[in-house]
Amino acid sequence: MTEIPEHLRKRAEEARAKAEAKKAGGGDAAPAAEAPAAAAAPAGDSRIPAHLLERSRAAKDRQSGGGVATAPAPVAAAAGAAVPAAPAGPVGTGPGGHTQRLLTVVKSGSIQDVKAKPTDKVHTWPHLLAIEFVAALAMLTFIFIFSIFVNAPLLELANLNQTPNPSKAPWYFLGLQELLTMFHPMVAGVTIPGMGIFLLILAPYIDKNPSNKPEDRKFAISLMTVHLMFWAVLTIIGSFFRGPGFNFVFPWNDGLFFEL
Amino acid sequence: MATSMQDKMSELTDKVQGSQAWSSIFRPGSIFRKGYTDSPRNRSYVIMNSVLYHLHPVKVKRHAVKVSYTLCLGGLSFFLFILLTVTGIFLMFFYRPEAAQAWSDMYALQTSVTFGLLVRNMHRWGAHLMVMSVFLHMARVFYHGAYKPPREFNWVIGVILLTLTLLLSFTGYLLPWDQLALWAVTVGTNMMGYTPVFGSEVRFVLLGGSEIGSDTLIRWYVLHVLMLPFVIVIFMAIHFWRVRKDGGISGPL
Repeated sequence: MTEIPEHLRKRAEEARAKAEAKKAGGGDAAPAAEAPAAAAAPAGDSRIPAHLLERSRAAKDRQSGGGVATAPAPVAAAAGAAVPAAPAGPVGTGPGGHTQRLLTVVKSGSIQDVKAKPTDKVHTWPHLLAIEFVAALAMLTFIFIFSIFVNAPLLELANLNQTPNPSKAPWYFLGLQELLTMFHPMVAGVTIPGMGIFLLILAPYIDKNPSNKPEDRKFAISLMTVHLMFWAVLTIIGSFFRGPGFNFVFPWNDGLFFEL
Repeated sequence: MATSMQDKMSELTDKVQGSQAWSSIFRPGSIFRKGYTDSPRNRSYVIMNSVLYHLHPVKVKRHAVKVSYTLCLGGLSFFLFILLTVTGIFLMFFYRPEAAQAWSDMYALQTSVTFGLLVRNMHRWGAHLMVMSVFLHMARVFYHGAYKPPREFNWVIGVILLTLTLLLSFTGYLLPWDQLALWAVTVGTNMMGYTPVFGSEVRFVLLGGSEIGSDTLIRWYVLHVLMLPFVIVIFMAIHFWRVRKDGGISGPL
């Protein structure tokens, strides 16, 4: 059996006892009109103002009084809202004889969208984690096996007096080194890569097109593709088509001048 | 006979999983906890009650788990970073960043340290792969228009991460102290020397002198094993956090 916390059990017992007492008291209080008003207030409904209780009792009395009287009562209440002077008795008037009117109804959701829109979601475990695990394992296996068969280069000890020909930067900078053959070093080594990174950072602030659909972004996609291709071609030329003196060579004629 | 072995095994498993130590390590909902059943509630707890909650929400958009959308490139970049950290720590045990020792330490690592050559190969190839996967991740994000609001700033962080990845790879390139390392770095730093106004100062600070030497080696070593990893981890934390705060990954297209 489930355990009920002590304080909850006590509260439930009290409530039950109170309900019992009310039922017992309510049996003889019903015929008398004045008694329940006094009895109900201390019984727990003390938060409801006495005049409101009175009004509801009056309405109930009228309803139980006869079927004919049911119809006029709401009409009178409605009229009381529109015409303050309407002699509708106690119905619709406040304690000082004021009428209360509804000014406006604010529909939920018109100011703030409180309900989250339902999206199609899946549990991260196992759906996402399983994929990540397999991807990581595949990558690890690939690197492991590749590393067994292919050794990282370790040439002879560094010697400042013996410049190898050609001297090449790491592969990801070979596009820049290729630019060096065309431009002044400041342009090729600083201005162009600097501008490239700067423009990449600014991309989301330049591209104001809100759509992410490829058919709406033809210009952005073409521009990026042209630049990526341009960069890839420069890197490939710098890597494989540059030999001694950084002169143009064909790798199938003169061999490869490339170390990773 | 076989069944009694099985009974003993399952009894042992029950005992281990029922122990106080075991249930103190694995929180409620963990798949390793006693009596784990596959229920929606437990699937939520697996994430919510584990350290993974720092990385992933309990639920993700259905399209976000499609491999054809992300190609796992961001996750693989992160995995490669972890792999490089692990293999890099191993290499640090056998390497002294001094011009007189660096190369012979590398040589000894390859010839007389158990698995030394293998771990060095993994570090090297992993590094090249990380440069590639980070670069491809950037291209993927661009082609999906995933840098658009509200993800503009995370794209900026991403470009910084790409730059840091290149710098990490480049600083590591010098450490073997062989002809390849020395002259590749010479070419690279000569280019930086052409930075307008303070170019020669930048080059001097980076090289620890006017020419590459032992001072350069210790500088780049510290950059490579401590400073740049520290910086990149901070930016990665912001990057991953922003992915979640910006409503998960972008899309569907």
